[in-house]
Amino acid sequence: MNQFSYIRPASLKAAIDAVAKDNSARFIAGGTNLLDLMKSGVTTPEKLVDINRLPLKEIQVNGATLHIGALALNSELAAHDTVKSQYPLLSQALLAGASQQLRNMATVGGNMMQRTRCSYFYDTTMPCNKRNPNSGCGAIGGINRMHAIFGASDSCIAVHPSDMCVALAALDATVLVTGPKGSRRIPFHDFHRLPGNTPQLDNNLGKGELITGVEIPANDYTKYVYYLKVRDRASYAFALVSVAAALDIHNNEIRSARLAMGGVAHKPWRLYEAEKALTGKAPTEENFRYAANIAIQSAKTYPHNAFKTGLSLNSIQTALLKAATV
Amino acid sequence: MPQENDQQNYPQKKEKHEARRDFLKQSSAMMALALTPPLVMKAAQHDEAIAGIFEKMPLSLEINGKKVQLSVEPRVTLLDLLREQLQLTGTKKGCDHGQCGACTVHVNGQRINSCLTLAVMQEGKKITTIEGIANGDQLHPVQEAFIKHDGFQCGYCTPGQIMSAVACIREGHAGSPTEIREFMSGNICRCGAYDNIVNAIMDVKQGGTAV
Ligand SMILES: Cc1cc2nc3c(=O)[nH]c(=O)nc-3n(C[C@H](O)[C@H](O)[C@H](O)COP(=O)(O)OP(=O)(O)OC[C@H]3O[C@@H](n4cnc5c(N)ncnc54)[C@H](O)[C@@H]3O)c2cc1C
Ligand code: SF4
Ligand code: FES
Ligand code: FES
Repeated sequence: MNQFSYIRPASLKAAIDAVAKDNSARFIAGGTNLLDLMKSGVTTPEKLVDINRLPLKEIQVNGATLHIGALALNSELAAHDTVKSQYPLLSQALLAGASQQLRNMATVGGNMMQRTRCSYFYDTTMPCNKRNPNSGCGAIGGINRMHAIFGASDSCIAVHPSDMCVALAALDATVLVTGPKGSRRIPFHDFHRLPGNTPQLDNNLGKGELITGVEIPANDYTKYVYYLKVRDRASYAFALVSVAAALDIHNNEIRSARLAMGGVAHKPWRLYEAEKALTGKAPTEENFRYAANIAIQSAKTYPHNAFKTGLSLNSIQTALLKAATV
Repeated sequence: MPQENDQQNYPQKKEKHEARRDFLKQSSAMMALALTPPLVMKAAQHDEAIAGIFEKMPLSLEINGKKVQLSVEPRVTLLDLLREQLQLTGTKKGCDHGQCGACTVHVNGQRINSCLTLAVMQEGKKITTIEGIANGDQLHPVQEAFIKHDGFQCGYCTPGQIMSAVACIREGHAGSPTEIREFMSGNICRCGAYDNIVNAIMDVKQGGTAV
């Protein structure tokens, strides 16, 4: 790891100032992604600003809204009573990610900010537009089995690796952010970005902006939910594809549906058209298949990941079936 | 003033060739300490901890029940602190990237991967390593069970497996073989002792001994 200086500010303002004023400074929360990248030489910050002393750990219900502090641990959030009963999709997605040891370190803010697991991004001897803008993309002509099938560009075909974020996208969360110019709220859908020709930017967070928390509005998805994660081994691996499915079913009719995917795009990928197609329908296997077919229409594959289209089709259908039959 | 010599609290056996390494470690520690005071004082005023590049900073931890005052560079991971500075080499370095679980220790009772956290981030915390779970000569029930069930072959992953297993039982995640497999998935065993590890954990859980 490179040498760096370290500060552990006691106030939000001091933490934000430290990063806003210094281009080579980074926040560190759990450290599970940042230190990994620093050990590989992918990121070489000269200053780390440890935010763990900031009062951002609380998980609380404010009226109809669940407020999650940015420093809440992934393990705490997954095991939280309100989350398990009112937002079970989020709990399932969290438990599908990483290992219990890592979830005991990983924070909600850090999880949202984690970088892609594209192996060319990690290998500093290879070209990568995300790591080193305008150097080319190692994955496009290389081994791209793990890569995107939706929303990719000629600059980058990487996927966002988070499981938690797929559930947050499906649940229409809002990201709370404070920076040098004050606070703002970012709808989850607008937080992460597609690569376009600036793949070095994973999201729309400004310089020195700190995620302080996430809010999830009350919803009707407390029962018919399922997070399906398909991976190369049964546990402790990143998704090939994953599906967050949430249904509000009354009298054998789907009143509304939420669907989002992981492992298929540069951001958590909402399937809005498929959701619409399910609204007002009966929760049957045929209707699920129909919706899944709509979802994969815009898929574009690369030499090694063509399997992801069929896998997505089947995974969406399976996740919906599992959600409907609890 | 924090001193690296606090590591002397631990029983340690040193080979001759390590003497030079220790000398280098301590002389650079003294260099850094000579530079540190003004910054540390400034930090105290602002309720902030600060260490510059190449500087060590004071660190208080409780390791296996003993309070220690140390001086460490910010870039030292908790794993490297344990192994390199405190000679607590029971905790293993497998991958150094969070992928294998060999470095699992408990921080304030929770299991974590010590390779992916900085030692300085653990200020004031209680660390338990594999060296700290037996009761004198009496092995911990999970250690006993690993022996009884042949829960290892080469033994490299074992300290991490045992620390993880103890936490897994305490968390209430050892209800069935399936649940154990899921919640122990952060510990990779290259020798493939998985079945026996699961049996060992089930045995302790079913035996009802407090862990
Ligand atoms: C072996 C392994 C397997 C994994 N498997 C999975 C998996 O299956 N699914 C999955 O979803 N994840 C997985 N992960 C990733 C893990 O979830 C992330 O590393 C973790 O969530 C990051 O959180 P952190 O608090 O440790 O972040 P850090 O490493 O501390 O920070 C990551 C980034 O976020 C920034 N940051 C942190 N907090 C804030 C904030 N509040 N505001 C602004 N910026 C901030 C930091 O500056 C840094 O750039 C895995 C990780 C490992 C090592
Ligand atoms: S896919 Fe993106 S992250 Fe991977 S090599 Fe190409 S530019 Fe880099
Ligand atoms: S050495 Fe820490 S997980 Fe492998
Ligand atoms: S016993 Fe050899 S790696 Fe597990």
